[in-house]
Amino acid sequence: MSFFVVVSLIMGAIFAPLLAPYDPFDPATLNLMNGFTGPLTPNQFTQDVFVLGTDDQGRDVLSTILFGMRISLFVGFSAVFLAMILGVILGLLAGYLGGWLDAAIMRLADVQLTFPSILVAMLIFGIAKGVTPAEFRDQVAIWVLILAIGLSDWVQFARVVRGATLVERQKEYVQAAQLIGRANLAVMLKHILPNVLNPVLVIATISLALAIIAEATLSFLGVGAPPTKPSLGTLIRIGQEYMFSGEWWILFFPAITLLALALSINLLGDWLRDALNPRLR
Amino acid sequence: MLAYILRRIFQSLIVLLAVGFVAFAMFSFVGDPVDNMLGQERTQADIERLREQLGLDQPFIVQYWRFLEQAAQGNFGLSYRQGRPVSEIIAERLPATVELALVSGFLAFIGGVGLGVFTAIRRHGLLPSFIMTASLVGVSLPTFLIGILLIYIFSVELGWLPSFGRGEVVDLGGWTTGFLTASGLKALILPAITLGLYQMTLIMRLVRTEMLEVLRMDYIRFARARGLTEKTINFRHALKNTLVPVITITGLQLGSIIAFAIITETVFQWPGVGLLFINAVQFVDIPVMAAYLMMISVMFVGINLIVDVLYFAIDPRLRIERSVGGH
Repeated sequence: MSFFVVVSLIMGAIFAPLLAPYDPFDPATLNLMNGFTGPLTPNQFTQDVFVLGTDDQGRDVLSTILFGMRISLFVGFSAVFLAMILGVILGLLAGYLGGWLDAAIMRLADVQLTFPSILVAMLIFGIAKGVTPAEFRDQVAIWVLILAIGLSDWVQFARVVRGATLVERQKEYVQAAQLIGRANLAVMLKHILPNVLNPVLVIATISLALAIIAEATLSFLGVGAPPTKPSLGTLIRIGQEYMFSGEWWILFFPAITLLALALSINLLGDWLRDALNPRLR
Repeated sequence: MLAYILRRIFQSLIVLLAVGFVAFAMFSFVGDPVDNMLGQERTQADIERLREQLGLDQPFIVQYWRFLEQAAQGNFGLSYRQGRPVSEIIAERLPATVELALVSGFLAFIGGVGLGVFTAIRRHGLLPSFIMTASLVGVSLPTFLIGILLIYIFSVELGWLPSFGRGEVVDLGGWTTGFLTASGLKALILPAITLGLYQMTLIMRLVRTEMLEVLRMDYIRFARARGLTEKTINFRHALKNTLVPVITITGLQLGSIIAFAIITETVFQWPGVGLLFINAVQFVDIPVMAAYLMMISVMFVGINLIVDVLYFAIDPRLRIERSVGGH
């Protein structure tokens, strides 16, 4: 069930340009007269019908959600990928080489763990915004967001990989590889890495749900995806302004989509954890 | 034990120095303060003089030390956006956040412990299983959506509670409080629930797990055999022994309450330091960001330290283990 939801949402996001009835970012297709059209009710001026209604500028809500989900998922996947690469590398180094490097990496992880990751992400976003010139800010905002969430989330991966590496390092196949003279790098990448990947996959799915929520939260707070490239969080931020005047659909549909996405990925992560756990098989 | 505490204090200081370094680096590398302070018409001599005045011609490490010295006295300079001392702005905003955090922390603790004990004692039945399911949903709902949902139900549809601001506040010698007026208390309800809900579900699930564990212990069976009433067993014996991990987690959660306060304050336009910080991030107001960062980290590190020390005070087993082990 959750698998089905995730796949259909991801498919919807990937094929957004084909599926979406309108291109919400092409001003030529927009008609301001269509603003605030309710779901499935014809607009009072143009008689156009929109499945999920339109927002203040007459953009089709279904289309903005499909395109917004694209940005949310892109940011989520990229941020988790970044966190994973960083965490796995640092975890392998710390676990395999040990010594002062291990101490330094793990201390850094401890310090970062003292602070909630959303706070770290906000801070990174703020600093990155400060060092980019004003005219590029909207263009790089998505990448800054990926960087901020990715850097705030590597600790989990590093800790797990370090723990698993410490165990694997003692095993005979690693000693054998060392004895036949393979370099440290080769031992780490070719021999240890494949054996510590299972938990990494599980954490990655859980992190994905968290990253999508983190992205939505940051965008909602106005420190994420800009209104020109709205993600689900930005759409909710826009929709919130119209909640008081009765245009509930602008807020409701993006919020439900975000919930469905986060919940189903979470459930998928639970399933993956059970499936990869040899004790439960 | 003294050695342990000293070591923890030393570690905390290292963390603070590291965070201070980040805050200082923000000042040095994000934008040029001289650029920010001098207008368009400036001469090289002006720049040199200001650099000397600000101590920017000193070596890096000296500047860092000076920054720490000033920060320790609560001096972070002027806000780029408002042109007033950062310490003044924060002092003005702090009461709102502290009151919100206190009330929601209190709600979370009372509600969490109460519901946790309830669902642990009555493990079967419709209401406990409903509460458990609801708590799962509560954990996965993003904070800002909870806030929006509450606003929609109680402000837009029912019109019972205000959706933004603090209501009327009373000024008690520099400390503004919303506790003393009806509108202030009313305005506090929705933000406090939004902020406390997540912590409440966490505490509840934790108390439930711990209670179930403790209720299986021999001394509980013994207490039953002695013929003590259920009430005495559950509250005097069982609950008391579940509280150690609960207090630890609650203490550590205070940190995330502060972080979630940023979100809650934005949803409800609550005039606290969290809203101040998010506005500072939006407008790249470095002095405010740095001050907030330092304030938060002092608080986090302080809380961690206190929780660690409390551990010793509450759990006598730890003291014995430590002294026997000779650590």
